Amino acid sequence: MSLSQEQIDELTEKARLIRRHIINMITEAGSGHPGGSLSCADILTTLYFHVLKVDPKNPKWAERDRFVLSKGHAAPALYAVLAEKGFFPKEELLKLRKTNAMLQGHPDMNGTPGLDISTGSLGQGLSAANGMALAAKLDKKDYRVYVLLGDGEIEEGQVWEAAMCAAHYNLDNLTAFVDNNGLQIDGPIDKVMSPGIIQDKFKAFGWNVIDIDGHDFSQIASAIEQANNTRGKPTVIVAKTIKGRGVPFMENEAGWHGKAPSRQQASEALRAI
Amino acid sequence: MAKIATREAYGKTLVELGEEIQDIVVLDADLSQSTKTVFFAKKFPERFFNMGIAEQNLMGTAAGFAASGKIPFASTFAVFATGRAFEQIRNSICYPKLNVKIAATHAGLTVGEDGATHQAIEDLAIMRALPNMTVICPADSVETELAVRAAVLYDGPVYLRLGRLAVETIFDENYEFKLGRGVTLREGKDIAIIATGIMVNEAIKAAQKLEKDGIDAMVINISTLKPIDKEIILKAAECGAIITAEEHSIIGGLGSAVAEVLAESKPVRMKRIGIADEFGQSGKPDELLRLYNLTSDDIVKEAKKLKAY
Ligand SMILES: Cc1ncc(C[n+]2csc(CCOP(=O)(O)OP(=O)(O)O)c2C)c(N)n1
Ligand SMILES: [Mg+2]
Repeated sequence: MSLSQEQIDELTEKARLIRRHIINMITEAGSGHPGGSLSCADILTTLYFHVLKVDPKNPKWAERDRFVLSKGHAAPALYAVLAEKGFFPKEELLKLRKTNAMLQGHPDMNGTPGLDISTGSLGQGLSAANGMALAAKLDKKDYRVYVLLGDGEIEEGQVWEAAMCAAHYNLDNLTAFVDNNGLQIDGPIDKVMSPGIIQDKFKAFGWNVIDIDGHDFSQIASAIEQANNTRGKPTVIVAKTIKGRGVPFMENEAGWHGKAPSRQQASEALRAI
Repeated sequence: MAKIATREAYGKTLVELGEEIQDIVVLDADLSQSTKTVFFAKKFPERFFNMGIAEQNLMGTAAGFAASGKIPFASTFAVFATGRAFEQIRNSICYPKLNVKIAATHAGLTVGEDGATHQAIEDLAIMRALPNMTVICPADSVETELAVRAAVLYDGPVYLRLGRLAVETIFDENYEFKLGRGVTLREGKDIAIIATGIMVNEAIKAAQKLEKDGIDAMVINISTLKPIDKEIILKAAECGAIITAEEHSIIGGLGSAVAEVLAESKPVRMKRIGIADEFGQSGKPDELLRLYNLTSDDIVKEAKKLKAY
């Protein structure tokens, strides 16, 4: 079932709002990770506003779908989506990273409603997602588990231990995204530590692999639907994305991985978005 | 005096050493701009190896370099070095006593806004527990340079704890660093403040404040936490009361190390100042230091309490 034009327009508008929040939050905080937050904004928007069964009034609802932001440094994107969804007041967004604030630099599940797990140390999220998916099978529940990984993050060995595990246990209730923006901190992933062909690696580990443009809402939505209809194995959606997407001077620039814009740069960014 | 981060001093010293010693190789895990190994990478690209975001492989590869006669420096954030790659450090580096220098930056709360996941508050405890490991936590840029140089001359595993935040330079060119030796920075008879890392500067400030209140405080810098300088701790014990100060959990770090020495040889009253068995959080470094009671005023307060006892 593809998205109607109306749905696409709605998601486009939401994602625009999310991107504005991301810029405002990071600027106000004076630090944070704009590049990787902007690259996954369309995926998170589609998940939270089209796919996930969640209840902002009841964040711990046992039947809810789970989402694991394994690349925890993209927290601003997730916080913006959660606030727009109504999990907590939007005023919290501008207190990001400040002393005694709710929104920590990296996701803290005990402090922020709507977070299913704490992350920030790369490489650990897929394992946590496996645990959630295994628990669903054990309890015969039909919630689904989604997890988002960075393309640099998959250099961590634990990711491949977890990849093996998910296939071994036939976790067809698990869908992973790789935010394939081609960059990590020290430069292009192919220069720093090439993961090779990501699709082939997951295939070799027994996964169902889908390739998409990670900024195309229809492709994101239909890939998720395809994943949900796949039986017997986990699915990875390798989403080609642009780091810094939406802010021309940040796009494809490794330097915008973990740097806050100045006030002037922020207004330029907001104009572009 | 200009403020310089110990990671900055580390990066600069590495470049000087790279010139002097051809066997030095440097490995990083996608954080070279933050750990400042980027200076070395630019100067000696053929001796710099970016391992990507893969800290276990970082430590394991460093072990292999050391086993082949190189002097590898392995750098990443302290949380990931000592946490993610703990067992590689234990079994591939410490057990065979390989000549690997682990220079871990972004230790302690002064990481700031990145928050608890990135603030190592237990790294000294973990590294101190490993046989064959030497553990150093320099107080400023001057001591960092000397410590890095001493680490290279020493044959065996070394853990260097470095910070992100620019801190005051407290030592001058006459400062002498000896591996395994503490340094008395101020003589005193009423109470001894033993500090490490960024808390050394706070200890000096605290002693000056205490002097105004008629309390004569000795100040000692322990930058080598292991092997620890027992002699200087026993000398400090002559004051009859000891305060330790560290930007680390009160469990397993400097306070524990000093308490271990005192308990077995010369028990005196003491108070450990450090992070009270809890995680950090996001915030400005100086705000966090105040929130977690890691300032000179906190040392003064505890010193007075201890003296009044
Ligand atoms: C275990 C661990 N090592 C290092 C880091 C520091 N770090 C934060 S983001 C990052 C780069 C991530 O690159 P990628 O996964 O491609 O993320 P994206 O490009 O989507 O921002 C690194 C090395 C970390 N958070 N965790
Ligand atoms: Mg990337």
